[in-house]
Amino acid sequence: MAETVFFNALRAAIDEEMARDATVFVLGEDVGHYGGSYKVTKNLYQKYGELRVLDTPIAENSFTGMAIGAAMTGLRPIIEGMNMGFLLLAFNQIANNAGMLRYTSGGNFQIPLVIRGPGGVGRQLGAEHSQRLEAYFQAVPGLKIVACSTPYNAKGLLKSAIRDNNPVLFFEHVLLYNLKEDLPEEEYLLPLDKAELVQTGKDVTILTYSRMRHHVLQALPELRQRGIQPEIIDLISLRPLDWDTISASVRKTHRVMIVEECMKTGGIGAEVTAGIMERLFDELDAPVVRLSSQDIPTPYNGTLERLTVVQPEQIVSTVADLVAKKI
Amino acid sequence: MLQERPLPTFSPAAVQLSREEGLALYEDMVLGRIFEDKCAEMYYRGKMFGFVHLYNGQEAVASGVIRGALRPGVDYVCSTYRDHVHALSAGVPAREVMAELFGKATGCSKGRGGSMHMFSAKHRLLGGYAFVAEGIPVAAGAAFQTKYRREVLGDTTADEVTACFFGDGACNNGQFFETLNMAALWKLPILFVVENNKWAIGMAHERATSDPHIYKKASVFNMVGVEVDGMDVLAVREVAQTAVARARAGEGPTLIEALTYRFRGHSLADPDELRSKEEKEFWLSRDPIKRLGSYLLEQDLATNQDLKTIDQKIKQVVEDAVTFAEQSPEPDPRELRRYIFAED
Ligand SMILES: Cc1ncc(C[n+]2csc(CCOP(=O)(O)OP(=O)(O)O)c2C)c(N)n1
Ligand SMILES: [Mg+2]
Repeated sequence: MAETVFFNALRAAIDEEMARDATVFVLGEDVGHYGGSYKVTKNLYQKYGELRVLDTPIAENSFTGMAIGAAMTGLRPIIEGMNMGFLLLAFNQIANNAGMLRYTSGGNFQIPLVIRGPGGVGRQLGAEHSQRLEAYFQAVPGLKIVACSTPYNAKGLLKSAIRDNNPVLFFEHVLLYNLKEDLPEEEYLLPLDKAELVQTGKDVTILTYSRMRHHVLQALPELRQRGIQPEIIDLISLRPLDWDTISASVRKTHRVMIVEECMKTGGIGAEVTAGIMERLFDELDAPVVRLSSQDIPTPYNGTLERLTVVQPEQIVSTVADLVAKKI
Repeated sequence: MLQERPLPTFSPAAVQLSREEGLALYEDMVLGRIFEDKCAEMYYRGKMFGFVHLYNGQEAVASGVIRGALRPGVDYVCSTYRDHVHALSAGVPAREVMAELFGKATGCSKGRGGSMHMFSAKHRLLGGYAFVAEGIPVAAGAAFQTKYRREVLGDTTADEVTACFFGDGACNNGQFFETLNMAALWKLPILFVVENNKWAIGMAHERATSDPHIYKKASVFNMVGVEVDGMDVLAVREVAQTAVARARAGEGPTLIEALTYRFRGHSLADPDELRSKEEKEFWLSRDPIKRLGSYLLEQDLATNQDLKTIDQKIKQVVEDAVTFAEQSPEPDPRELRRYIFAED
């Protein structure tokens, strides 16, 4: 596929899966004629028709419920959240029905459903459009939560999510849609439950996901200059967590830093930290450190917004302190 | 003075009803009634727990729609937390519903669901939804699936209709309006059946809504809306048959407002002190089972003995369901985490 832009990698995943399986369809606001607010479904309705790329009214809870009913009866819907924040209006359908219904029904129904769309803190979009929802959803039983971070993993993961027989919340990031990468010509799928070892190292394990992976990578040259070799792991699967990969790394480095975009309170990092304490306490040479975004609504002002989200400089100084045993 | 909304008139003279059909409807309603009476008994004897919402008085709606107009096991049924009788009418065996209430492994939801969460994929029962109005869009999704199979997958046999049941209280929730809009927009094969029993727990319907005539709310969506005497199974059957024909013909959904009443409190935990004696007596005198019984006798479609035989048979069925539920195993604790994901 040569060099591919992030949103086109997602589009290709959807296109390939729709061509492969006629029960796959997309629904959401402006996914059809308009092509999706980030162009992920551009021109797909011309190819597949209006029922397979269904423009819905602005009724998040109800069209999510509808997708669940369609999934229960044999279709494989992909919901696009125009912005993942709007899914707050669908929290009930996502939690009660997407997440729990299979269990509540004693296995009578399965819900092969993907809910995907742009999440995270963008550029000065204001608090409501700069949500960090993955943490809100992580406690819902029955949901899988995936965060993609590169064109390559976005494509392979989305294809797997569409083929999965469970509800998958699939987080993209507004600021990553224009990343470019060479993608393989041939088809590939990536496992939904595996973390990605981005960089092998020995001094400290950095656990991160989504856009923060790139902030960590920006910090890497400076860390290397200082003679620090971090092992960088992109969690990919926020639920369930890939404890095999996390544990192997912690056993090697004995130091852990989590870099996340969600808020600290009740965040993904909080859950990871607790899990490390329970499983790997004896392996640790220092307390687990969390770099999270601030526990505040994302401010509009550019400087304040920058201060709200973890920045590469902060990663450098905190890692340096951790390795220098100052933490 | 009790001011009741005038019930729509229905002339049974025009009804085409065979003896078999009449007796089948009667039997289905009697099953609903006796089953629920038994639930009350078992609840007070500590055999079932949680919130248990009974359907006494409303039987004509489930029987008239599901048995009178749908093909149970083919067409989809979606219910609320007041779901035992919809499950029975949809064909879920009384044994499985009772066992679910007892929390047993043999229950239709394997003891994971309980009173408010009856499910059966085999009987196309989409569930038991405990949050008010959340089943409405799910039902529309099943109807969308039928349309999709027909139009996208080219499956000409895809002709299922979905019947979605909910209460008057649900009609003030956004999901009702949002889903009616989408269902009318896409002409989905669905019946929205409102069981207007005048109350949402202790909230009187006219205190909760700007226009108490729910069926009229269909018109703003360009949808057909009809009101029907929900205490008359033949009237319900008639409007449901028309709505099903419309849905199958691709003409879209119908909103049916069935005027009905629950003969018991909101749930078995409700002391039911708010509704007046006068009101209760008015509606009790309109018992849908007695009404169909009299009709069948008057029309020489059944004898007193026929009806008694049915009553006896159903008592047996319900007793058998209780025995089955009592003797069934508890869910295996080792399977606590089963059914969370599709692979389990
Ligand atoms: C979202 C939600 N809010 C509140 C409740 C509590 N609740 C249970 S039943 C009920 C009344 C519903 O009345 P109606 O829709 O008329 O149905 P009925 O009980 O009369 O069959 C309420 C408020 C609930 N189950 N779900
Ligand atoms: Mg009511």
